Amino acid sequence: MLFTEYFNYYQWDIEQASIYAKTTEDVVRALAKNNRTYEDFKSLISPAALPFLEQMARLSQRETQKRFGKTIQLYAPLYLSNECQNICTYCGFSLDNKIPRKTLTALEVLQEIAVLKEMGYQHVLLVTGEAQQQVGMDYFKQMLPLIKKHFAHIALEVQPLDEEDYLTLHTLGVNTVLVYQETYHREDYRLHHPKGKKSNFNYRLETPDRLGRAGIHKIGLGALLGLDDWRTDSAFTALHLQYLEKQYWQSRFSISFPRLRPHIGGLEPKTIITDRELVQLICAWRIFNSDIELSMSTRESASFRDNIIKLGITSISAGSKTNPGGYAVEPQSLEQFEIDDGRSPVEIAAVIQKAGYDPVWKDWDPALQAI
Amino acid sequence: MNQPLKIADKTFSSRLFTGTGKFSSIKVMEEAILASGSELVTVALKRVAHQQIENDQLLAHLNHDHINLLPNTSGVRTAKEAVYAAELAREALETNWLKLEIHPDPKYLMPDPIETLKAAEALIKLDFIVLPYCHADPVLCKRLEGVGVSAVMPLGAPIGSNQGLTTLAMLEIIIQQSTVPVIIDAGIGKPSQAAQAMEIGADAVLVNTALATANDPIAMAIAFKQAVEAGRLAYESAGLTPISNNAVASSPLTSFLNTI
Repeated sequence: MLFTEYFNYYQWDIEQASIYAKTTEDVVRALAKNNRTYEDFKSLISPAALPFLEQMARLSQRETQKRFGKTIQLYAPLYLSNECQNICTYCGFSLDNKIPRKTLTALEVLQEIAVLKEMGYQHVLLVTGEAQQQVGMDYFKQMLPLIKKHFAHIALEVQPLDEEDYLTLHTLGVNTVLVYQETYHREDYRLHHPKGKKSNFNYRLETPDRLGRAGIHKIGLGALLGLDDWRTDSAFTALHLQYLEKQYWQSRFSISFPRLRPHIGGLEPKTIITDRELVQLICAWRIFNSDIELSMSTRESASFRDNIIKLGITSISAGSKTNPGGYAVEPQSLEQFEIDDGRSPVEIAAVIQKAGYDPVWKDWDPALQAI
Repeated sequence: MNQPLKIADKTFSSRLFTGTGKFSSIKVMEEAILASGSELVTVALKRVAHQQIENDQLLAHLNHDHINLLPNTSGVRTAKEAVYAAELAREALETNWLKLEIHPDPKYLMPDPIETLKAAEALIKLDFIVLPYCHADPVLCKRLEGVGVSAVMPLGAPIGSNQGLTTLAMLEIIIQQSTVPVIIDAGIGKPSQAAQAMEIGADAVLVNTALATANDPIAMAIAFKQAVEAGRLAYESAGLTPISNNAVASSPLTSFLNTI
């Protein structure tokens, strides 16, 4: 069975209505439990839970410290290419945006790596658009052996691939793959992805299944918050996670919280998720699932990030560039999304320490997946 | 009324499974099983006269439309022996359902996890519906699920011990992770323990010794029936827990939201 089959039992409107119908009693019950269900998660992200925010924050902090200790893992994105054959209404790299296109050569990748290594990074997230010619499996096969030598942990955020490709990537040293569904609203997904391979909703929805089957160690999920109703999208993400955890019990999972941000040719978010609601969402995830890794990017402001460190997040990026060549080769080229927190990794590490946490640079070893 | 339970191709309205051993007579066994409402009853191949099946008294007393037989391999010590016994049971009892039990240790009857996994894999290839009796080991249960078993039957305590859910912490993990029904087998000695198993979300329980050795097995069968229904109802209604959480006056962790 794949997730689509399970997913098709659920209807967006019904799920959405039930989230907004949750009551104070539902929230109190969810908070009092030991093991929370999908319905409890819906209660915790509902408007009814907002008055309980401080209580949720305390619970989230306690659960996070119990499972992860007082640590925050640091990673950096490395954009390899902004070539893309997809039209995505919200993305700066969309095919219909007239921007200079760039794919890093091996030499350029090494130049970028040198800067990241200088910053102290051991965990790298490789990012590309979806362009079969320029950045397909051949490109990954060429680049990964170069990159692998320099990092303890490699994560990938690229187009969805077939199961056999993931098996190959695993042998090339990829530990983690992130594939965000963007939205679980089938019709709106179609509106936002009118062209390119990405327009295939089911293929994307079943990507974590293929990752799990290929034995990928860590699978990242998420919805682009604001593209549709963020609460309903988060509920579907929770449903997805719950299914995956049972099905692929040897994999770990992480959740990210990208908020829709302004960019060239910008799209107005359908719903705005406020800072307060984002805190609610992060805490709800932690209370729902004590083992899940929660990741926070530099899209968010410095003051927000400084405070969220203690509330449930387990990994953050710092000093990020979201343009190919952004660290060394072409620092001025167009970014995929705007960075809000521009502080250096050293500064962020100091902030983490000041909060009483240990910044962790290395939390994996290639030897653990060498065979 | 509890939700029906589906295992492989069969649907059960009762979540209380029973055994056939240790009763004072076959007649008492039959009455107790009928009183329990059980629709799945395990039978040890070793107790069935499988060469002359038509004369078998035990089976004659289990011949009721609502009762499904679940032959078990009790007595075997290896995967190889289990596969052989399973084939005999399938032929004699005309069912491909099997409770896989391999306990090489005659004292505590502890299931052998390695042989059980091997046998389960082989039996599924031979088209058996396999329900393995196993330790309350979450990884083992996932491995068994991975080879295609139709349910897992982790133990609550050593078989026949009546100690209840001594493996509670592990059972909770198994229930949380499983994609196949979880039947808690062995160790359940009292109706309250059966209710507890259902409250934590077990799909069914298998009770034998506590019924068979009770002073009044029929009354005890009714007590277990009601306990299982009550525990399941509590679980399905999801209304168990509210423990009061006092409101928090100050907000040190989230007050930053007022300033950014």
